[in-house]
Amino acid sequence: MGVSIEVNNLNAWYGTNHTLQDITLHIPANEATALIGPSGCGKSTFVRCLNRMHETNPIAKVTGEVKVGGQDIYSETSAVEVRRRIGMVFQRPNPFPTMSIYDNVASGLRLNGYRNRRVLDEVVERSLKSSALWDEVKDELKKKSGASLSGGQQQRLCIARALAVDPEVLLMDEPASALDPVSTAKIEDLIFQLKVQYTIVIVTHNMQQAARVAERTGFFLNGRLVEFDSTHKIFTNPGDKRTEDYITGRFG
Amino acid sequence: MADSTFRWLMLLCALSIFAIVALIAIELVTHSQMTLAKFGLKFFVGSAWDPVSGEFGALPFIFGTLVSSAVSLILAVPLAVGVAIFLTEMCPKALRGSFSFLTELLAAIPSVVYGTWAIFTLVPLLREYVDPVLIKLLGWTGLFVQPDFGIGMFAAGVILAIMILPIISSLTREVMTAVPHTQREAVLALGATRWEMIRMGVLRNARVGIVGSIILGLGRALGETMAVAMVIGSSPTISKSLLAPGYSMAAVIANEFNEAVSDVHRSALIEIGLALFLVTIVVNACARLLVWAVTRGAPARAT
Repeated sequence: MGVSIEVNNLNAWYGTNHTLQDITLHIPANEATALIGPSGCGKSTFVRCLNRMHETNPIAKVTGEVKVGGQDIYSETSAVEVRRRIGMVFQRPNPFPTMSIYDNVASGLRLNGYRNRRVLDEVVERSLKSSALWDEVKDELKKKSGASLSGGQQQRLCIARALAVDPEVLLMDEPASALDPVSTAKIEDLIFQLKVQYTIVIVTHNMQQAARVAERTGFFLNGRLVEFDSTHKIFTNPGDKRTEDYITGRFG
Repeated sequence: MADSTFRWLMLLCALSIFAIVALIAIELVTHSQMTLAKFGLKFFVGSAWDPVSGEFGALPFIFGTLVSSAVSLILAVPLAVGVAIFLTEMCPKALRGSFSFLTELLAAIPSVVYGTWAIFTLVPLLREYVDPVLIKLLGWTGLFVQPDFGIGMFAAGVILAIMILPIISSLTREVMTAVPHTQREAVLALGATRWEMIRMGVLRNARVGIVGSIILGLGRALGETMAVAMVIGSSPTISKSLLAPGYSMAAVIANEFNEAVSDVHRSALIEIGLALFLVTIVVNACARLLVWAVTRGAPARAT
């Protein structure tokens, strides 16, 4: 099951660039939360702080508190542990090109030390079914490389790979921005099904996408969280003038 | 330049490679006629080498070349990959430039300098400190047993390892740098440790390139002449112990060609060159086959 995420006074830097300033918000469990805003507003940095990917950049720095399921991921656990609990899907599909489809999905489990074939078979099938890719690849699981799939299939493979380790939260950083409309629709359908089991945080450039898939939406601008509310409210009656300007397309 | 002119010009460049290889082969065969006719295939399996009585067999030299090269790969590959991992994944940016410069500087040292250094510094070091430990720990394998003179197959392997280290490590670094950052992130996001990230996200994607760099290093080890000639011991014998003196194909050509006692002797040395040529081709072909077998069905590079 998904867990909630509580963020208090989060600040992040790239070098001297203060990319996130005093972010405080509460992301409820088992919902999809969308983060929107113009390029460079800090929304990607924000999700990368939620699984401590931000700090993999040597010049990056972060302060504040992020509680996932009540546990502070910065002070009470290690980055490796955090990332095992929080799955992430990136903007560009990044399957492992030298691995078969099967090995791609099983990679996270193998990292965790699972070797039992039956368990692996089961999890691979379940994960590929959850990511709606099973029917398209089931006959060539071990023959085909992860890189031989189409872009949309690759992204669903990456989702399956993230789901295989049974995370509590799934972070998606513009998961459909490199995909065609049909593949995008498939990913969106998927988000609908997945949020029953997982807490989903999705960064998107596409406001219609946020409106379609998310219960809640946060609007970022210049490193600050301008507004965070139910998606319905953000898109019909935003409380801040800047949010209104952005969603009506007056800038960004 | 017109497209067709350009195409023919480039084709000419490519064909020149074939021409050079073919010319070398023809030259080697014509000048070793005498021993080719006299000994036939026995030349390659015979182990007697006695210029005075006219007995020639290439086996000890083929053995010496292969074994010293194998020893050098065993020593150099892990070290070179380790250096490359450090330089691409861990080294602070400020130090990276000077570190890579140092490794590449190793490649610029002439082999006669390596050989001299080996005789005066490396060999005594091996004899005093390294070989006794190896004899103690690995003596039971029969590969490291007395008598130990310092010079010999193992010393040749060590100096070769140092010489091929920069080639392997700089090319490995190159292919590792080419692995997209997104691959590293994909592994890290699954909760991988640093080493797991390097293993799954970097080494795995770069493996074809790494094997390629090892093949280049092997090529240099097989053909290296001067440094090996100075420390291998110059004894055309085949012994199981790596501490025993041996000989290599390139080394015997360098040592004996100018003082060949007869035309047959000279012909034999040229046929050794032919053997080296063939061994290099076979070893390279095997390495390519290995790469092909490992990566069958999987693309070489990340998207």
